[in-house]
Amino acid sequence: MSLRSNVRAFPVLLRVGFAEAVAYRAELFVWILTTTMPLIMMALWTAVAEEAPVGRFGTNDFVVYFLVTFVVRQLTASWSSFQINWEVRHGILSMRLLKPVHPVVAYAIEALAAQPLRLVIALPVAVLAFCIVGLDHLPADPWMWPLWIVSLAGSWLLVFVLNVAIGALAFFMESSNKVMDIWFALFFVLSGYLIPIELFPPSARAVVDLLPFRYQIGLPVEILTGAYDRSGALWMIARQWGFVALFGALTAWIWRQGIRRFEAYGG
Amino acid sequence: MRRYLRLLFVQVRASLLLALQYRWDFLVEGAISMFWALTAIVPMMVAWRGRPAIAGWSFPEALVVLGWFILLQGVLEGAINPSLVLVVDRIRKGTLDFVLIKPADAQFLVSTARFLPWRMTNAITSLVVLAWAFAQIGRPPSWIGLLSAVVMLATSVLLLYSLWILTVSAAFYVVRVDNLTWLFAAVFDAARWPSSVFRGTLRFVFTFVIPLALMTTWPAEALLGTLRPGAFLGAVAGSIAFAAAARLVWLRSIRHYTSASS
Repeated sequence: MSLRSNVRAFPVLLRVGFAEAVAYRAELFVWILTTTMPLIMMALWTAVAEEAPVGRFGTNDFVVYFLVTFVVRQLTASWSSFQINWEVRHGILSMRLLKPVHPVVAYAIEALAAQPLRLVIALPVAVLAFCIVGLDHLPADPWMWPLWIVSLAGSWLLVFVLNVAIGALAFFMESSNKVMDIWFALFFVLSGYLIPIELFPPSARAVVDLLPFRYQIGLPVEILTGAYDRSGALWMIARQWGFVALFGALTAWIWRQGIRRFEAYGG
Repeated sequence: MRRYLRLLFVQVRASLLLALQYRWDFLVEGAISMFWALTAIVPMMVAWRGRPAIAGWSFPEALVVLGWFILLQGVLEGAINPSLVLVVDRIRKGTLDFVLIKPADAQFLVSTARFLPWRMTNAITSLVVLAWAFAQIGRPPSWIGLLSAVVMLATSVLLLYSLWILTVSAAFYVVRVDNLTWLFAAVFDAARWPSSVFRGTLRFVFTFVIPLALMTTWPAEALLGTLRPGAFLGAVAGSIAFAAAARLVWLRSIRHYTSASS
């Protein structure tokens, strides 16, 4: 399993993954529809802001915030945890282990390959968002765009790495889907997915900043909706990539320990 | 009638015995259910911080809606979804035939096939939330309010169940509908907010197409004593009509079923 074979397999796997996403496009569409929670939160928060703005958020700011949240969620989605759970329990993972590509790399490519189709849904939403509220809600500083891309990549990696880590817990317990459930519950509240982090009371915000959740989705959204100046954004991105490195190492360790125990029942 | 009661008892007992094998699940499910309830309360606390009411609902009143939502979620995930997943699987594999040849009504059999009793932890969570809400309001619900809320509970369960039967009927035609349960769960999530929060199209959809308003907001209003009698009667009549329509659709589509393997 050399690096070279992994790199060489990359384009082919990407193409296979894309074909798979296209083949199950109806299913992908339903999955996208299940992530409409930001749109419901948008309805709630705009109702809140109608009477008086909340912090720096007026009605339009909430519309932009949650539409961008929806888009970022699409672009950083990963379902590897469920996939690994399923494959470990049914012994399908042994098929992957036979292939000359590292399974984690294969999961990553499969998740990436669905991205173009998700873009097809996400882009019109993004365009619609800025048609509704006007372009002055976009960041004025052009440097924010590359920073946004970097933070988006960081979010994707963080979500993916966490998914693999929790998925790999399935090597040790019957099913780690419940762990994912708990993670999701925390994620919903503490990541900026349901409430912009800025609206938390300051003491709670200090705690949230030290947890990984907000770097999963909140950070790219905030950068695009102008919550930071340049240095502030850079500082937050540094923290985000710190979390990526930390959880990346943790994931690698869990995976290595787990694969030793793997017995491929039913395979 | 008595025969069906006995059958129901047998089916519930089978599910219960199955669940008792996984006693740890009770604790885990209970913890997760509490946890999810908490995650719903945090956004509310942030939203209602420093303002008395949103869209005409004070914080404790909105808590009543949330309590009702948690209860119905328990019903949905404990009594409705498990059977749905099972019957869809049977339709795909063709093993529904074994259910159809049994000498009892097929709709009854498939809808009582599996329960997850641990989901009753939701009921406890919901009672805690409701008690907290009424402690803040400072007066208990009136007897009439309680009574009409119980009737509304029956109508909302009937509505959920009918939606479920319609989904299963769809499975006869399109086979793969198991991810529709996820979709429904995602849509149902909107029911945790008082329906007056939603405007325009969303409000219309949530009252008439997917009657979420009827399921949580109206029962909460009944409990608070602010539900109009007209709405109450409309909800009862509407849900009975809806259930009858769902039954008709079920009978039509079961005739359409042609087994998978033969």
